[in-house]
Amino acid sequence: MTAIGAVQLVVYLLILAAIVRPLGAYLARVFTGERLLLSSVLGPVERGIYRVSGVDAAAEMRWTTYAVAMLLFNCCGVVLLYALQRLQHGLSLNPMDLDNVAPRLAFNTAVSFVTNTNWQAYAGESTVSYLTQMAGLTVQNFVSAATGLAIAIALVRGFARHSARQIGNFWVDLVRGTLYVLLPISVIGCIVLVALGVPQTLHGSVTATGLTGARQLIVVGPVASQEVIKELGTNGGGFFNANSAHPFENPTPLSNLLEMVLILAIPAALTYTFGKMVGNTRQGWAIFATMAILFVVGVLVATVAEQHGNDLFRALHIDQTASHLSAGGNMEGKEVRFGINSSALFAVITTVASCGAVNAMHDSFTPLGGLIPLANIGLGEVIFGGVGAGLYGILLYAVAAIFIAGLMVGRTPEYLGKKIEPYDVKMTMLALLILPLVILGFAGVTVITRTGLASVLNPGPHGLSEILYAFTSGVGNNGSAFAGLSANTPFYDLTMGIAMLAGRFLMIVPILALAGSLAAKKRLTATAGTFPTTGPLWVGLLAGVILIVGAVTYVPAYSLGPIVEQRQMTTGVTFDASTFGTTPYQAVPQAPASVP
Amino acid sequence: MLKQLRTAVLLLVVLTVLTGLIYPVAMTGIAQVLMPGKANGSLIHRDGAVVGSTLIGQSFIDPKTDRVLQGYFRGRPSAAGAGYDASASGGSNLGPTNKALIDRVNATAAIIRQENGLTASAPIPVDLVTASGSGLDPDISPAAAELQVPRVARQRGVSEAQVKALVQKHTSGRTLWIFGEPRVNVLALNQALDQNFPLAR
Repeated sequence: MTAIGAVQLVVYLLILAAIVRPLGAYLARVFTGERLLLSSVLGPVERGIYRVSGVDAAAEMRWTTYAVAMLLFNCCGVVLLYALQRLQHGLSLNPMDLDNVAPRLAFNTAVSFVTNTNWQAYAGESTVSYLTQMAGLTVQNFVSAATGLAIAIALVRGFARHSARQIGNFWVDLVRGTLYVLLPISVIGCIVLVALGVPQTLHGSVTATGLTGARQLIVVGPVASQEVIKELGTNGGGFFNANSAHPFENPTPLSNLLEMVLILAIPAALTYTFGKMVGNTRQGWAIFATMAILFVVGVLVATVAEQHGNDLFRALHIDQTASHLSAGGNMEGKEVRFGINSSALFAVITTVASCGAVNAMHDSFTPLGGLIPLANIGLGEVIFGGVGAGLYGILLYAVAAIFIAGLMVGRTPEYLGKKIEPYDVKMTMLALLILPLVILGFAGVTVITRTGLASVLNPGPHGLSEILYAFTSGVGNNGSAFAGLSANTPFYDLTMGIAMLAGRFLMIVPILALAGSLAAKKRLTATAGTFPTTGPLWVGLLAGVILIVGAVTYVPAYSLGPIVEQRQMTTGVTFDASTFGTTPYQAVPQAPASVP
Repeated sequence: MLKQLRTAVLLLVVLTVLTGLIYPVAMTGIAQVLMPGKANGSLIHRDGAVVGSTLIGQSFIDPKTDRVLQGYFRGRPSAAGAGYDASASGGSNLGPTNKALIDRVNATAAIIRQENGLTASAPIPVDLVTASGSGLDPDISPAAAELQVPRVARQRGVSEAQVKALVQKHTSGRTLWIFGEPRVNVLALNQALDQNFPLAR
């Protein structure tokens, strides 16, 4: 890793840490219903929304009602988004005259955006109209993130309250999250992005006649307004096929920095919100520290692997060393303006969160460099994680860790004054086990079916990595891909749709049940025998549990994918798609065909 | 339950109007008033026609021979459509041990060495033989530009120092010394070449 890469990582972490406290405290005030600076402007809007839609803002809900409200709202979201895509040809704001989206792709995309996954089986610029982008995709970017926020806050209320039956009002949490958090930041972020070069227009594409006379169709559109919420809501669905690698989505190193900060801003700040709401901010900082440590490890491994480059290029005399004239490293699938450091950092950020925006193609990473994003998602995106999803994810691990600690010393486990009982552990494990079950189950089925394998682009162990990555990304609601996989087939549209739904809702429902159970418990006072959940011992235990559970679950599968491929690469073996065989690569400099 | 469903539908409609119509349309209005140039894609106009966008790379390769056009700097290989197709962005997605990738890199390197009169084992900067993530990368590394200077100077009939000075002018450094990488905008550089040292046609 170059010195500049290290400095960049440190500066990024400092920026993030500086945001945590102010934004975290603000979030706590938003969700405890306090009056805010923006209330004078947005208060009437908020009350208007409640009146129009018949919400009684003062009425709180039990976990079952909360869950039903959340599910109904998301069902309606799927239906609307599906309808928009199926009817877009006859609707307005379609300057490129794009056709209606095919049914199975429309289903996959609707599920994908409602579950905060933003897996894109389609190419944005050539498939969906401006109306679908705006009134469909952008809306779900907001409300799926607000849903995640609401669930996390409901779980935190479970810990914070005692002897209570209710965990909040879903409608109010949804509206306040959108209105006071996501919208204001998006408005500012959007204007900054335009200033950095991101287009924002409703006009159709432009035909240019290039310098050499060749014609170039330049697709523009309302990009910036979607770009900012794509990052802030950890959604990840790009306006363009190339996502944040596209110069219009991410034109400069500065826009890249802004996007990286936007992705982790809310997830990181939520740790402070959590501490604040349970009455001890040190509890929140302990969670933040655990996340930060795991994050740094990921960035180091990914950056070193990518900077080292592709061993197979060396025999061809391709210069991969970093100098003041070149970033060096493995540049396949990466942009020159980002180089290795800003690409590897972005890849880790987008996969520790459930974002899935990419500024470089993960499929072309070195095996080890690509393993990090894969493992980040596989661990459940609990290292900062998605908006809301990260916090509720790591709190599940916290419950599991405290349970394990309790087993070791033979005491009833307690977390934040709440006795963790069999029902709570069952709900926790239900939520945690969904991930590996779907990933390994679906990937296992895929590799023994001809249709599943037909979509694979890269031969050899890398093909398995593509399949593993797809289902990991789907169930983790990440949405990034080893994009060589042709995902728009009946097989993948359907299986990925199921994976995304399972990963979102089969996880959320047990979490709400846990929230309800915790809220109803009495609060115990801490004694000398209570395991402290603020110090380094706790951070170590929590990080250890996350890594050990991850390793036990995935090492066998990863060994056959990225790990064996890394070994093949360093020993100079390539894989040939035409023969599906392996060959030691012979570096014979190719004689170019003679010039006429 | 029915009451909940009614609320869900109404709330979805209200939030769609707010975040899906009012928000993007208002942002478009603000952007078009404050920064029309950038909001419309940083387009480059010449004699009333659009030549391209400063942010989007263009191909300077002859599609028939895969060789660079006389007198121009070449950009990076592109996997967007037939090459730098700005309506079909994307990378090659070839994995690191895929023979297709290694063969492509080898072939491109051979062509570049021949174009620039280099020996068969001359080192080639990695960005010049690898496809970008977007397929529209407007930049190459300063090393990749430097390698092409003698050829471009010869083909344009000017001194290397003159071309070098132009390269320098179109090189941007890191942002705030830390973020991103030094780079040369190929379209801007080639446009400047045409203006300063026009090719004899």
